[in-house]
Amino acid sequence: MPGRPDLLHAMMNRADRIQAALAAAFAPATVAVQDDSHRHAGHAGARPEGETHYSVLVVSPGFAGMSRVARSRAVHARLEEEFATGLHALALRLLTPDEAAQP
Amino acid sequence: MTNPVFQRIESEIRENPVVLYMKGTPVFPQCGFSARVVQILSHVGVPFKGVNVLEDGELRDGIKEFTNWPTIPQLYVKGEFVGGCDIIMEMYQAGELQAMMKEKGLVTAEA
Repeated sequence: MPGRPDLLHAMMNRADRIQAALAAAFAPATVAVQDDSHRHAGHAGARPEGETHYSVLVVSPGFAGMSRVARSRAVHARLEEEFATGLHALALRLLTPDEAAQP
Repeated sequence: MTNPVFQRIESEIRENPVVLYMKGTPVFPQCGFSARVVQILSHVGVPFKGVNVLEDGELRDGIKEFTNWPTIPQLYVKGEFVGGCDIIMEMYQAGELQAMMKEKGLVTAEA
């Protein structure tokens, strides 16, 4: 990938990369990434080195007018490289600021 | 589309009103996310066909490509992709899943 600071990128863990990719793609956005891999250790899809299972919350005005499936696809599209390199499960909560403010 | 896996999926979702592509079987799910969707569908009272992607490596990859969706489970209703575990759970919690199933005449038992 031209223009990307590859060394810095290589030093980031997957949670950091997910965070950075989604914050950039859906700005202005609140992005919270939680690594759940340890809770799935030993399951299919889990790897000894972890970094397989994540929960992600994104709150962005960009989701307004998009269906649930469309929101998820937009997020998946930004994380293709992660899925190609061992990301196995991604629990997504994708909200507009208005939806996030609802009880 | 000449991919035989795609053809199989197309006929499956055409011939069965509710199809869940999952890991394991409805009786013995082998993944927590698949298990959760099975539980929700059972609770809503919707009969469905469970398809175990672990039994067929080509299907396991093929369904992801067919739907353009990177994870399992995947729920199809009347030939349309509805979502994976998060979406089904959100729809269930909002009452939307029950409403959709009722509207499409797929609920057999009052939950």
